[in-house]
Amino acid sequence: MNNYEYIETNVENSLGFIALNRPKVLNALNRGMVAEILDAMETFDRNDDVKVIILSGRGRCFAAGADIDEMADATAIDLERLNQFTDWDRIAWIKKPIIGAVHGFALGGAFELALCCDLLLASNDAEFGFPEVLLGVMPGAGGTVRLTKLAGKTKAMEWLFTGMRFSANEAMQYGILNRIVAKEVLMEETIRLAQQIALQPPLSIRFIKESVLKAIDSSIYEAMQFERKNFSLLFSSKDQKEGMQAFLEKRKANFTGR
Amino acid sequence: MFETVEYEVRGQVAWITLNRPGKLNAFNESLNNDVRLAVKEASRNENVRALVITGSGRAFCSGQDLEGVDEGTNLGEVLRNRYNPMVLELHKCEKPVIAAVNGVAAGAGMSLALGCDFRIASEKASFIQAFIHVGLIPDAGNLYFLPRLVGHAKALELAVLGEKINANEALNIGLVTKVTPTDSFYEDVSVFAERLASLPTQAIGLIKRNLNASWHENLEEFLERDAQGQRIAGQTKDHREGVTAFLEKRKPEFKGC
Repeated sequence: MNNYEYIETNVENSLGFIALNRPKVLNALNRGMVAEILDAMETFDRNDDVKVIILSGRGRCFAAGADIDEMADATAIDLERLNQFTDWDRIAWIKKPIIGAVHGFALGGAFELALCCDLLLASNDAEFGFPEVLLGVMPGAGGTVRLTKLAGKTKAMEWLFTGMRFSANEAMQYGILNRIVAKEVLMEETIRLAQQIALQPPLSIRFIKESVLKAIDSSIYEAMQFERKNFSLLFSSKDQKEGMQAFLEKRKANFTGR
Repeated sequence: MFETVEYEVRGQVAWITLNRPGKLNAFNESLNNDVRLAVKEASRNENVRALVITGSGRAFCSGQDLEGVDEGTNLGEVLRNRYNPMVLELHKCEKPVIAAVNGVAAGAGMSLALGCDFRIASEKASFIQAFIHVGLIPDAGNLYFLPRLVGHAKALELAVLGEKINANEALNIGLVTKVTPTDSFYEDVSVFAERLASLPTQAIGLIKRNLNASWHENLEEFLERDAQGQRIAGQTKDHREGVTAFLEKRKPEFKGC
């Protein structure tokens, strides 16, 4: 399934791997790469062999940012007609959990991509930042939105206004990261966490993800109603019957994802 | 390669010699940058397994060059632009770094020595927290490193009183690893550096990384760090070599990988 130009994918032990693969240009995100990421994620989303999606970068860093060459001469009308950011909307509709593993840098568009992940790990030397302001623009693929939701207005504005880079430690402090790990074991630790999630009943994971995302973006009342529907819905799954039966029989559950 | 620093790799040891002897190796902008770049170069060079920083002439380093410092000087900016990047580069280095303190280490020169992993002092060496004598505070990481080396009380005493301490006093308070005679100083430093260079370099890097983290992590976080560190060390060739040599009852030959 490796017919992509800008990324590499593979499936191993229930994990679907996507690696940004333009190391010579520090994995600069162009439109083609984003389209491939989306395609790979949607393919994994429909593949029963994949329980968790892992996103990482080949070479020296996760990715240094967007491909500036591609857009330097664009006009506002060009961008409107391209409507390129709908690909990003669809990344947000992926149902399976996505775990990002950041080493080196995740800047600009690459930071936005990292923020699309449900869980995020970084190596101890990783750096983050939104340098768009330094080029006379601003983030366009959710940067001002997702960072603000995660870290709050205070830090979001500081980082977005200054374009300054910040460390994994700071990212951790502001709730952007789940874990910081030694750079040498970043993939190993990411896989370890992913495998823990891959063992869980997939429908629970699916509805949990949906409910948490709903909670970010709606009133408590609405989110509670939504959660309740998903909770009820799980009672029509085989895994719910198996999970509770196994609990009562004091044995390990055997989940099938149905 | 550098303007104010002599840089030479001998065997597996990178020697970085501050080279403004006429100014007792005082820091100007160029020296700050050269030290940073030389440390970076040595960190990157896979053949280098230990670093030595020393001074040419009779001083190790006399600190900031006060020539040109006047009421218009913004010392905060001097630190941000020149010293802090140098200190951070040194701190980031995952190979053992020795300060070979050949003479006086004053002010920021003392800070530089404190930022290294080991300090070997010549009998002629001395340390002085000169800052207080010009109404300033110890900088370039000085007050971060010093209490970790000699304890809070002694660090305060040295910083506030600004008294010069000689090599043996420095040894007594745990500031230096050892004091060696002036005649054999560079030979002794060289032997020590080569010894460090022959050890499992990756394990040393991980030891440095974890020791540094130990000051600001709780036990649970730190134990996880232990697990990751040992997982990394456990995959090195040097670990295999160490175990094999032990079983074969011979001396291990570590390659640093």
